Amino acid sequence: MKVKVLFFASLREQLGTAAEDLDLPAGVGNVAALRSHLRGRGGAWELALADGKLVRAAVNQDMAPPTTSLKAGDEVAFFPPVTGG
Amino acid sequence: MKVSVQAADFDAGAEMRALSRDPKVGAVASFVGVVREVAMTLEHYPGMTERALQRIVEDARARWQVLDCTVIHRTGALQPTDQIVLVAVASSHRGDAFAACEFIMDFLKTQAPFWKKEGAGWVEARASDDKAAERWK
Repeated sequence: MKVKVLFFASLREQLGTAAEDLDLPAGVGNVAALRSHLRGRGGAWELALADGKLVRAAVNQDMAPPTTSLKAGDEVAFFPPVTGG
Repeated sequence: MKVSVQAADFDAGAEMRALSRDPKVGAVASFVGVVREVAMTLEHYPGMTERALQRIVEDARARWQVLDCTVIHRTGALQPTDQIVLVAVASSHRGDAFAACEFIMDFLKTQAPFWKKEGAGWVEARASDDKAAERWK
């Protein structure tokens, strides 16, 4: 199952990437599982996506809680809490 | 209803006058956010940001009488005293205009994907902003 993953702001800088196309392994079916899968890459991924870090997610450009399920073709974004205005 | 995410500056006076053309309008309330003290760069999530702002405006329309509304948020490099954001709401009476304007601003701060960077450091989200949005529930 392929999804597009985007990273913004401090996460984008820490991870050194803004976007990637990812083929999800079996068992990675929601936002929390994807975050955990990415964290498993170690290094900067482990640090930036650690459990204690406040990371928000969006699926197809709508804010998405960790339990949001994923399907092929989804656009999933991870980013820190927003600070506009 | 107008939502714009743009690098260019805006003319708040002209935007507000444009909201009072309808003779039913009796009040236009507005908020302008300004860069305070430190230069910054604003990043956003193209597509989602506009969508989130549209949704916030729709939520405000469901709660108050909003005859028209303009939300403009700038991105890119901004200097102290530069304008960042405009929220302007037209209604028949001031109560609805004030409330809807404040509601839109509170949710923009917590729901619209913008991120501020000051120098090398990213601005941290503030719990007080979450509190401000929660009081409307």
